[in-house]
Amino acid sequence: MNVVLLLIAASLIMATLGLVAFLWSLRVGQYEDLKGAANRILFDDD
Amino acid sequence: MSETATLTVADTLPRCRHCGEPCASGEEFCCIGCTAAYRTISGLGLGDYYQRRLLDPKLRPPKPEPADRFDVQSAVVTRPDGMHEMTMIVDGVQCGACVWLIEQVLARLPGIERARVNMTTCRLHTIWRGPAETADAIIDTVEALGYRLVPFQFDRQQQASDAIERSLIKALAVAGFAAGNVMLLSIGIWFGLDDGMGPATRTLMHWVSALLAMPAIAYTGMPFFRPALAALRHGRTNMDVPISIGVIVITTMSMIETLRGGTHTYFDSAITLLFFLLIGRVLDHRARGLARASAERLLALRDADVAVLQPDGSVKRRPGAATTPGEHIVTSMGERIGVDGVITQGQASLDTRLVTGESVPQRAGPGTQVYAGTINLAAPITIRVTATGSGTLVAEMARLIEAAEGRRGRFVVLADRVARRYAPAVHFCALLTFLWWLLVMHATVEQSLLIACAVLIITCPCALALAVPAAQVIATGALFDRGILLKSGTALERLASIDTVVFDKTGTLSEPELALTGIPDPASLSMGGALAASSRHPLARALVISAGPVQPPANVTEHPGQGLSLMTPLGETRLGSAAFTGAATSDDAFAELWLSEPNRAPVRFTFAEAYRHDAANTVTALQAMGLDVHLLSGDRIEPVRLAAEAIGITQWHAGCLPATKMALIEEMRARGHHVLMVGDGLNDGPSLAAADVSMSPSTAAEISQNVADLIFQGTALAPVLVAIHTARRTQSVMRQNLSLALGYNVLTLPLAACGFVTPWLAAAAMSLSSLLVMGNSLRLQRRMDK
Repeated sequence: MNVVLLLIAASLIMATLGLVAFLWSLRVGQYEDLKGAANRILFDDD
Repeated sequence: MSETATLTVADTLPRCRHCGEPCASGEEFCCIGCTAAYRTISGLGLGDYYQRRLLDPKLRPPKPEPADRFDVQSAVVTRPDGMHEMTMIVDGVQCGACVWLIEQVLARLPGIERARVNMTTCRLHTIWRGPAETADAIIDTVEALGYRLVPFQFDRQQQASDAIERSLIKALAVAGFAAGNVMLLSIGIWFGLDDGMGPATRTLMHWVSALLAMPAIAYTGMPFFRPALAALRHGRTNMDVPISIGVIVITTMSMIETLRGGTHTYFDSAITLLFFLLIGRVLDHRARGLARASAERLLALRDADVAVLQPDGSVKRRPGAATTPGEHIVTSMGERIGVDGVITQGQASLDTRLVTGESVPQRAGPGTQVYAGTINLAAPITIRVTATGSGTLVAEMARLIEAAEGRRGRFVVLADRVARRYAPAVHFCALLTFLWWLLVMHATVEQSLLIACAVLIITCPCALALAVPAAQVIATGALFDRGILLKSGTALERLASIDTVVFDKTGTLSEPELALTGIPDPASLSMGGALAASSRHPLARALVISAGPVQPPANVTEHPGQGLSLMTPLGETRLGSAAFTGAATSDDAFAELWLSEPNRAPVRFTFAEAYRHDAANTVTALQAMGLDVHLLSGDRIEPVRLAAEAIGITQWHAGCLPATKMALIEEMRARGHHVLMVGDGLNDGPSLAAADVSMSPSTAAEISQNVADLIFQGTALAPVLVAIHTARRTQSVMRQNLSLALGYNVLTLPLAACGFVTPWLAAAAMSLSSLLVMGNSLRLQRRMDK
């Protein structure tokens, strides 16, 4: 029973971190240029 | 004949190393601009650009061209921290290499903090330290490489649309987070119950699920609850109503069960339902937003600046929208008039095809009202600006458009029509189930309620609500790839049910640019073409296209308002107006250019409109599909009759005023026909608004483009055919999806009514039906490749 409580709490915390990270990436504007992001991987910059 | 000869000659010519256009034999570059661009790029050590890039032959080559110098400073914004920033639209970015090149070259300019190209929206965003005048250097640099820059206007409608999209994605993220975690707990319950999970653990799981799901449902359900409420308040119903009712019933019932310590809760179904539906909403909204933004960008690229006359006689360029009534602007020969106004000076020959559809240039003098979109052909004129949109023609068009849109009525989409009958039917079944269990099977009130709710849960329209967006998103994307921009959400459905197509003539069936008529002698043609290559006058451009690859001589002098001249060993060669070349003025009203070579009689080039190369084929194909094709034009009888015969349209009307066209279309609709209108001119605006669905080429007048549901690019008429085909196929896939969704409901409803449905069955059924619908819609993508 204790293990279950611990596991539930742990998974919720991790999932919340994931959600916060996604919302941050949305706010910073990382989804505004998906085509550009795909192409920039191929740039040969030093 | 001469055309095929020109083609083979062009094939053997070397290609410019910078822009890929054919250049004279023995040369490496086609013009000075390309030579300079190549030297700049190689000099900066960025020569890899040429290896990496992929030029699309259908798009404009990256050839540096002299562009209108617009008012740069009005586009520069000063930030609070002292740096300046500027956003511009970039035309000509074809692949990642172009983005890389522009960013690398700009990064080397002094003071640049940030230079970034957004490939999806084709915008260049720059931030720099130092004086605001650096903007000029930025623009010059990018244009010297062969790209075109145009100031970007922040559109309020686009901003609102972006805000909605962001809030939908946020809701999607929260729904996904909640759905994943609740499902985690639910699977524990489903498998745990058989393995001896006690009621205490189960109740704990239910409580955690409830705490996760309740706020999530309240937040992510908003995009559905709000429109449902709005529709109900107006006495209507749409697909959002059964969704909202279903979600609220499931959540309430599950909450009650949790409080009672009951066995089954359905939080996972509710939140997963919202998650799937939000995916559909986000994709649909994004696809449409992209199409609309592209349409705006095409318009912005087309907008010309105007030359405003200053009190001291000098001229300052400014965007047309930034002029005030009473100011005077000077429009030079070959320039498109950017504002509405009255001519105050100069005798003009105007190409009014975009405004009235007249295929022949109109003479106009001081006192004549002129409209934005008209091209000034022969001589420079001064225009006094009148209030934008107040000119009688424009105001009349706006009034007619508004009236037409009001009369057209609301189109009820298929999904909403299904919802109208679906929701009451489902609720009735639930009621029946409740009464049956209570009265016939003698169950308790709670048990009967539970089973009735299970009926509502299993019939919750997940697949039904996905059926339409799934097909629509894929269709919008497929059309976008073919250069057709779908701006309205209901246009595809309206397009699928049409039985009549009405075409405008000028600019729609015919190409927007004038073309050379007749076959002039090849020597004059190549001489004229060589001179004309240095000018941006529309007639000169048409001459260059007909002449084929030419090597423009280096010392051509442009005489503004009159023509071009070149000193040769034999004397002076001139290309331009009749007065400039010493030719006699002619009686007929054709648009013309004269070429005078020393010791030769002046040669006349005439220009007229040319029909789109596939116009006849497209019309034949439309008629073969069983559609009724009409031609309504504002032009005189003779040109319209010729066009109708050449293209194969038997039903045509000439001399139509805008109001006449609109009345004819409304009359067709009154007789029960469904009409697609294809038009481009200012005078087509009301008929575009009156038709069931409308299309415009991307060269159309701004008002028409704003009214039209679809915009197509390019010089072919085939997009009309492609759009209709796509719409019909999409409609059939949508109907299949709806049948699949309804079929699944019919199968599972009896199961629910008999009390066999448990949470895992509900969740599995919902996911399966959604997958089926998505899979069926993906079939649409494969068949689009025709």
